[in-house]
Amino acid sequence: MSDRAPSTPPAAPMADAPSTPRTAARIDARREALWAVPVIALLGAPWMLGVRPGWMLAGIALGLWRLVSVARRLTSARQHEVVFAPSRAADGWLLVSLLLVAAPHAQRLPIWLTVVVAIAFGWRTLTRLGRLAAPPRWLVPPLAAAVSLGVYLQYGTLFGRDAGVALLCLMAGLKLLELRARRDANVLVFLACFLALTHLLYSQSLPVALFSVAAVVAIATSMIGLQQREPNLRASAATALRLTVQSLPLMVVMFVLFPRLPGPLWSLPRDTGRAVTGLSDSMSPGSFGSLSASAEVAFRVEFKGPVPRPSQLYWRGPVFWAFDGLTWSAGPEIESHREGPLTVQPLSAPIEYAMTLEPHDERWLLALDMPVAVPPEGRISQDYQLLAHQPVRTRLRYEGLASVAYRAGAGESADSLARGLQLPTGFNPRTRELARSMRAQAGSERAYVEAVLQRFSTEDYFYTTQPPLLAGPHTVDAFLFDTRRGFCEHYASAFAVMMRAAGIPARVVTGYLGGVVNPVGNYLVVRQAEAHAWNEVWLQGQGWVRVDPTAAVSPSRVQSGIAASVPEADPLPMLVRGNVPLLSRVGFTLDAVTNAWNQWVLAYNAQRQRSLLQDLGLDAPDWQSLSLLMVGAVCVVALLTGVLVLRAGPRRRLDPEAALWDRLSRRLARSGLAREPGEGPRAWAARVGSARPPLAAAMNAIAQRYIDLRYGSPPDPRDRARSRRALARAIDALEP
Amino acid sequence: MSTPLQRVIDQVGTVVLGKQPQVRLALACLLARGHLLVEDLPGVGKTTLAQAIARSLGLAFQRIQFTNDLLPADILGVSVFDSTRQAFTFHAGPVFAQIVLADELNRATPRTQSALLEAMEERQVTVEGSTRELPDPFFVIATQNPSHQLGTFDLPESQLDRFLVRIRLGYPDAAAERALLAGEDRRSLLAVLPPCLDPASLRALQDEARAVHASGPLLDYVQALVTATRATTELAHGLSPRGGLALLACARAWALIDGRRHVEPEDLQAVFPGVAAHRLQAAGSGDSASTDARIARLLAEVPLP
Repeated sequence: MSDRAPSTPPAAPMADAPSTPRTAARIDARREALWAVPVIALLGAPWMLGVRPGWMLAGIALGLWRLVSVARRLTSARQHEVVFAPSRAADGWLLVSLLLVAAPHAQRLPIWLTVVVAIAFGWRTLTRLGRLAAPPRWLVPPLAAAVSLGVYLQYGTLFGRDAGVALLCLMAGLKLLELRARRDANVLVFLACFLALTHLLYSQSLPVALFSVAAVVAIATSMIGLQQREPNLRASAATALRLTVQSLPLMVVMFVLFPRLPGPLWSLPRDTGRAVTGLSDSMSPGSFGSLSASAEVAFRVEFKGPVPRPSQLYWRGPVFWAFDGLTWSAGPEIESHREGPLTVQPLSAPIEYAMTLEPHDERWLLALDMPVAVPPEGRISQDYQLLAHQPVRTRLRYEGLASVAYRAGAGESADSLARGLQLPTGFNPRTRELARSMRAQAGSERAYVEAVLQRFSTEDYFYTTQPPLLAGPHTVDAFLFDTRRGFCEHYASAFAVMMRAAGIPARVVTGYLGGVVNPVGNYLVVRQAEAHAWNEVWLQGQGWVRVDPTAAVSPSRVQSGIAASVPEADPLPMLVRGNVPLLSRVGFTLDAVTNAWNQWVLAYNAQRQRSLLQDLGLDAPDWQSLSLLMVGAVCVVALLTGVLVLRAGPRRRLDPEAALWDRLSRRLARSGLAREPGEGPRAWAARVGSARPPLAAAMNAIAQRYIDLRYGSPPDPRDRARSRRALARAIDALEP
Repeated sequence: MSTPLQRVIDQVGTVVLGKQPQVRLALACLLARGHLLVEDLPGVGKTTLAQAIARSLGLAFQRIQFTNDLLPADILGVSVFDSTRQAFTFHAGPVFAQIVLADELNRATPRTQSALLEAMEERQVTVEGSTRELPDPFFVIATQNPSHQLGTFDLPESQLDRFLVRIRLGYPDAAAERALLAGEDRRSLLAVLPPCLDPASLRALQDEARAVHASGPLLDYVQALVTATRATTELAHGLSPRGGLALLACARAWALIDGRRHVEPEDLQAVFPGVAAHRLQAAGSGDSASTDARIARLLAEVPLP
């Protein structure tokens, strides 16, 4: 029972070290390549596919791997077990890369778990530094049992995403404590790979994907370092990077060809109870004001033709009929969807667009007012809302067709019209009184509508994202007569009440107004801050007519967007305000990148795969033949890559001076003065000088410095670095 | 302020007109402790060059005219019975000089040639069982008529390899020729050349040349050049390792003449034709002109590492 603390003895000669270091390095590199291909493919493929089976397959592969290695260990009767004696450096890299992949999980793990994992990491660090003995061997199994129990008590299960990740973090920490043999280190490398993968179970955004790739490179670096007696961080990292790049073709093949089957088995575990900002199924004073602080993207739209004017960009969402004195809601559902042809009569050329809707956990699909066609992803309700068949939980892309001028619902049923007149009794008496008197003065319904809008525009009403609170119960009264400061929902609500009180059917339509054209990607981005509410009134002979009372108060809201219409002091996300040109330029670029990622990578689903394969001449292969195709393609690509890599052989590395010299040659190549292969520095400088006399002095000085650096007697390394920098500056300063 | 070496070159240049690169190469060869082969037609100034160098360096000079009946003993010396002392005394041959001009080396028989070549290599002479050191510095300038002339025994390649550098003097250009015709008699000019160096400081300079720094990338370049001579199919055979060493030694001396303590790639390029040409032979028909062209192409094509 001796305590075999790995006090990092000097690296023992490796049993299988080949005779010459050169061959050893080459064999090492090939062995690394053999290892890295499956690891990186395993890591890369599932997240690209966005599917759980990738996760499962990886687990199966790892399990098989472990089985094989255990069997081999048993048959070799343990005589070859190598005591773990890597260089201290590689050991540290492993620790760092594990920390890198585990640390982001701290935001999700319960605090006690984070603490346990942190203690394990800390212990290992202290052991490495020689401050603390490694824990005794018998301690780890009971600890593992205890934390597993803890995880079970915490989550009620050991399976599933959250519990699984927690368990993985804990086991990685515990494995660190029993890092003794080389195979322990290998297990840790695999654990780190899995931990890198788990981040994609939470988010598949581009930053997370890039982080995973970076983590893979870090892990591969430490894996390479573990195989070497005198690891060099830069060289190992370069090798890891090269291996990652070499595995890219493999990744692309698997991304394109991995069979994607619809169904729950294939979807990622869903986030339930995730806070989603967006429109809601009811509207009360203040509900839109809070949205105005959110820069979150609601959806992005690509128009087939030119982008319509900002005042035409009404994006239709939930329609509210029922008012209880404070809150508007959809009301009791009557006949929920129309049968037969749409009653919308387009009066202008239809506008075609493709909408990419961010998930909002509700069923409505936003559509440009007024929708004249129904995409296959949804249906249309009686009040012209597009509704999806299921709540929108993943990013959804659909094609839309809209007509900005229309006649809708001229023959609306009496039932509907009656719903459009309901008002709660006993609320807002002053408003009702005002409506009655104004209606009496106005000659027609049309004139009355105009009169109400006139009142909003001429009297002291203000448009602000931060209206004062309304004292109940008569909130509309309080707004119309007292506070007179409100956001879109205040005006829409008050206007609808005024209409209904005067006997004109009216309803509230919510959605978004406007959007910002992203010049980088040439599409329209609509953010939550652009949420809006307006009204529709039913006029005899005209049907439902859109009236936006906010336009009467603040015409600029409609014509130039929210940023121009709310006071400077009101909080509005900077991206929406767009008053910092550089920031908005960066913002546009970032959004275009995100959009491209969403459209090309995350949205690559079974349907897109099918159409791509059809373009390649493969008609609807089933998943078995697709799998075969993928395996075949993987073999071909791996073979090709392998042949290319092995044929290219070890590339001669340029020393820094030679690299600088090449840079100079590339710069001068633009003037046709590139260096000839056998041309010495002085001869070249002389040639350049005679071709371009103004450069002569600089060129001679550069050549002299280069010669001193490269061929002169070896100087102090620090001087060398300094004069190398000076050479780089001189080269960059040269204006060919 | 010119260095003594620079002064030597300038001074030799006043006698051997318009041949500065060759003079410089000859001096580099001497500094690298090598021997020089001058290959050209009679009468272009080979002997004058050798004498001018000897005088400018303040070295003892001997000339051996090689003929086809010259015997080794004529070069190395003989022991003659001295009747007054009742003993054999050694009469040193002309080889016991600091600078030996072996004129028309290829007119002697191979046996005589090899006697000189062995002396050059060993820097000592063994006659009748006793070994005698040759003076230091010891520098042989051999001249050779172009091999197509009658009555010549071509030096075999292995012998050519013993010469560090081979130069060709060639005809002088018009201006040099005019100056030659208009100027004084060369012989009288030679007589008044003052020595610029003494043997001791020449030895010191030779040691210094050996210590000139050659960096890793420069050695890479030497290797690249040597490898290129071996890889190309245009040459019958490549440079030997001794050829590579010769290249480096000569480049070091060349750098020293420039007053530098490190070798630059362009030093290598400057000495490469002189060091390599006589060791290489163009494949196929292979006259010397095509070998020179191949070497120039090689220098242009082998990239500087």
